[in-house]
Amino acid sequence: MTDAPSRPELRRSPLHDLHVAAGAAFTDFAGWQMPVRYTSDLAEHAAVRSAAGLFDLSHMGEILVVGPQAGEALDSALSGRMSALAERQAKYTLLLSERGGIVDDLVVYRTGADRYLVVANASNRRTVAAELRARTEGFDALVEDESDEIGLIALQGPRSLEILQNLEGLTVGDDAVPGPPLEDALAQLGYYRALPAEFLGRRALIARTGYTGEDGFEIFTSPENLRPLWQGLLETGAGAGLVPAGLAARDTLRLEAGMPLYGHELGLTTLPSQAGLARTVVLKDKGDFVGRAAIESGAAADEESIFSGRVLAGLTAEGKRAGRAGYAVYDTGEGGTRVGVVTSGALSPTLGHPIAMAYIDPEVATPGTQLFLDVRGTRLPATVSSLPFYTRKGE
Amino acid sequence: MAREDDLQYTAEHEWVDAADGVATVGITVYASERLGDVVYVDLPSVGDDVQAGAVIGEIESTKSVAELFSPVSGTVLEVNAAVVGSPELVNADPLGDGWLLKVGYTELPGLLTLTDYQALTKD
Repeated sequence: MTDAPSRPELRRSPLHDLHVAAGAAFTDFAGWQMPVRYTSDLAEHAAVRSAAGLFDLSHMGEILVVGPQAGEALDSALSGRMSALAERQAKYTLLLSERGGIVDDLVVYRTGADRYLVVANASNRRTVAAELRARTEGFDALVEDESDEIGLIALQGPRSLEILQNLEGLTVGDDAVPGPPLEDALAQLGYYRALPAEFLGRRALIARTGYTGEDGFEIFTSPENLRPLWQGLLETGAGAGLVPAGLAARDTLRLEAGMPLYGHELGLTTLPSQAGLARTVVLKDKGDFVGRAAIESGAAADEESIFSGRVLAGLTAEGKRAGRAGYAVYDTGEGGTRVGVVTSGALSPTLGHPIAMAYIDPEVATPGTQLFLDVRGTRLPATVSSLPFYTRKGE
Repeated sequence: MAREDDLQYTAEHEWVDAADGVATVGITVYASERLGDVVYVDLPSVGDDVQAGAVIGEIESTKSVAELFSPVSGTVLEVNAAVVGSPELVNADPLGDGWLLKVGYTELPGLLTLTDYQALTKD
């Protein structure tokens, strides 16, 4: 184990002292000191699957694109068709490089006729803001990095709806327009839809989105409002089993749900089609956008990359030893050929056996194919599996 | 904590309870907290000869893998079967029920005191 000295230049969430008081262990993540776990990552993982968990996502980037041509500007900057979004609708989309590689994966919300909210990974916030500015020049639209003015927490798990419905101080509708009763508005809020709201008189945006494979909500509000929101939710949800959850649980939850993570499954050297994200690249009914020519050419984003020519697949194994990021995948138990590399892996807390995502040669990517993981010198059998590994009940 | 005071430590975050030629070995509270929930423990077999400083096993948590180093040279007398079956014992009681193995030794190498070890792990 290596002990990194504490780095005072790391940024802290507005909720930091609450996390300390809750006994959290912290990790350095994209320049932020964020909770990796509070008590037990397995217990936090289980709480999200069976009840609910609350995640501090203060590190995520929030970038506004505003103006009469905001939709067209985003169409030319991103892989999807943002101008086609209805107001209050959200879309998972990609920021591509000229070579078709993935600069970042984003969730874009249309928050008004002329307004979009782009949510970027913490490590890519500045790159995404700079790229959006450069790519939207010439359009009547402004790009504002509002990451420091917008806080974000996620309430995830099957009991999220009832907890949010019971939160005191939350009202839906904005300005003077009264909305439907809170309970109904939240219950009717569709997946990847957002709802303007107020919490304690301050603006908030409630979205039915998440990164855990469970039902849940992500709530944007001012950093000052984050603290009462966090405390109010924990108090309201305590009886329903709500617990604060850290980045360790978030990672195993998203892995079980087959959701890619930037820097692991996604990066500049991977094309969307390799990552199973071809559906997010809209070539029909859409004009030019950065990366389009490269995607249409079918060329690799980087021929030198270990991911080149390979496709993302799931692997499942027996026993307890997990393949982890960087481990090699072989076609036989001894000798043989290296056919891929693991990008994320863990002993699945829900399923009880090891799972991994890996980039492997297309010839061996058919589900059911027997492959071998090199776990620190020992080849362990693993079976190619379709993603996701876990789907919640009722889906 | 009295138990902590009575133990000796290594820079690799193991504790050693040595008496009468038998060293009981586990990982420290600090290490168990840093690892997160332990889900798999790989230990040597009874009868194996081990060398001080050599890797003799692995401890896997949901997030990472840590190598287990032998703090002493000698022969493995016993491994904790309870921990192999229930790795969460390492988190629940790292200095007690979460012990890992017992090694028979003839000579004890220089180990750290609690004060030394705490100085090492102070952030």
